[in-house]
Amino acid sequence: MNSVVASAVTPHGYLQAQARWSPLEIAFWLAAFLPFVLFPTYLSLANQIAITALFALSLDLILGYAGIVSLGHAAFFGIGAYAAGIFSKYVWGEPITGLVFAGLCAGLVGFATSFIVARFKHLTLIMMTLGIGFLVHEIANAAHWLTGGSDGLQGVRLWPIFNYFNFDLWGYTAYSYALAVLFIVFVLSRRLINSPFGLALRGIRENSTRMPAIGADSRAHIRKIYTISTAIAGLAGGLLAQTTETVSLGSIDFQRSADVVVMLVLGGAGHLYGGILGAIIFMVARDQFSGINPQFWYFPMGVLLVAVVMFLPGGILGGLARLTARFRKNPS
Amino acid sequence: MGPLIGVLFDGFAYGMLLFLLSVGLSVTLGMMNFVNLAHCAFAMLGGYVTVTLMNVLGWPFFAAIPMAFVAAAAVSVVLERVLYRRLYQAGELDHVLLTIGLAFISVAMAAYIFGTLQQPIQTPSFLRGSIYVAGITIGIYRAFLVIIGLLVAALLVLTLEYTRFGAKVRAAVDNQRMARGLGINVDATFAITFALGSGLAGLGGALAIEIVGLDPSFAFLYLVYVLIVVSVGGLGSIWGSFVAAALIGISDVAGKYYVPELGAFLIYLVMIVLLMWRPQGLFGKR
Repeated sequence: MNSVVASAVTPHGYLQAQARWSPLEIAFWLAAFLPFVLFPTYLSLANQIAITALFALSLDLILGYAGIVSLGHAAFFGIGAYAAGIFSKYVWGEPITGLVFAGLCAGLVGFATSFIVARFKHLTLIMMTLGIGFLVHEIANAAHWLTGGSDGLQGVRLWPIFNYFNFDLWGYTAYSYALAVLFIVFVLSRRLINSPFGLALRGIRENSTRMPAIGADSRAHIRKIYTISTAIAGLAGGLLAQTTETVSLGSIDFQRSADVVVMLVLGGAGHLYGGILGAIIFMVARDQFSGINPQFWYFPMGVLLVAVVMFLPGGILGGLARLTARFRKNPS
Repeated sequence: MGPLIGVLFDGFAYGMLLFLLSVGLSVTLGMMNFVNLAHCAFAMLGGYVTVTLMNVLGWPFFAAIPMAFVAAAAVSVVLERVLYRRLYQAGELDHVLLTIGLAFISVAMAAYIFGTLQQPIQTPSFLRGSIYVAGITIGIYRAFLVIIGLLVAALLVLTLEYTRFGAKVRAAVDNQRMARGLGINVDATFAITFALGSGLAGLGGALAIEIVGLDPSFAFLYLVYVLIVVSVGGLGSIWGSFVAAALIGISDVAGKYYVPELGAFLIYLVMIVLLMWRPQGLFGKR
């Protein structure tokens, strides 16, 4: 991990060095505009990728940085999706207030459950997150009058963004909208991670009993980051509901929770770009192989997971970080 | 009164099935703290071995069932020696990822070989049908499940309490480092326990076909129930698994019978409340 700090550097200096934007990052965000020019027919896929990347980013904050393994994160994605859908159906179709409402709803439920999450560790924690995920799924399934149950939520209609940009068939507006939200949330998360709070989170990940001993209450930290993370997951869900104008039970089920963990681990948990990179690879691969039976799709995913755990701990970005570190140590 | 007893009995029989599926995971988790989410994949393997032997090779039911145990045990011990063993020192995230990956692979392979349809089997005629006892109907197959469950539980308790091997297992569950210090070969003990536990899962998978059916989603569908039983019962406790399995089985069947609109809601609620109250499970020591 990137916890190796040269002893001469002050904590403040370390954080500042981490927070500097590298040319590679700027190039990455510029490349995010390429789909508009190169693949204008794939903009709806690009939109899906941006939304999934946002969801993976939210999981990265708790799994990658605070070390909380959650197998029920789709619950908050789904709450956001249903909140945004229901808001546009019964209140009004203005997208940005709807999105904020989605984030707030997911964040509120996240805050309520954060007290449970902060109390437990290991298997009990995994079971709790799993249980919360299934519980929310069951509620969404049972509340047919509100959510449409297994038929999905119909009748979501949105006004144009700023009363000007219509949601078009090709996904120009949808992708721009999702990308803008992703970028704003990313910058905020980046700021959060490179703050003393973010450093404390990494401390909790490395040793959760030692952190309280040096004066940082890990439970309070976990509650905070979990609430933030669930709110971001809600934003991602809200984006999906708004840009596809429908919400199905698929947005809240275990499969989605598992998928996002796979993506994040493949890309590299504990790196802000890990979830985004994983989401790009995962979604493009799934789009390419969408013709095959979804049950067969499990096979490459399983092999990938086993391979990452066995040979590439830290995912793609972790592997790259180790390579560059080795290269810097003895430049041949 | 009649339906209540019937529901209780069905729930208990279902609970015995869950007990067979989950007891192995409980003991191995207690020993190595290894979160094995591929446990139900071994159960599914047992189910498919039974189906193949009976439907393709024409073996009788009672000859196929032990082979489910053997196959699941053999495959699991190979995986344990090749893959699992390297990750005992790693964190639970790595455990979860590796075993979810294995479960994914098993699902895809089952779908590839057997297709996604439910697999039918023909149980012997004397296990079908039901009997009337004191005004209530008892399914013979469910009674058979209850007997098997009780037998396995008794056998496990006797093995753990009264044999040398059982003493080693208990020592390793209680304090692994101390057990190593006393010269117990924890790795070998664990490998055997793992094989036995997975074998029992395979047996459970084979017996489950008649009750819940068998298709590739089995590995994940019942994993949730198994994990609930294990975490509610407490790690490494056979008695705990037994009680938790009976409790979960009965609340699931009763919930579906009396308040069907709640669906599986009740069971997750039971789990969360129980774990809030006792995070280490009902009978867990840690």
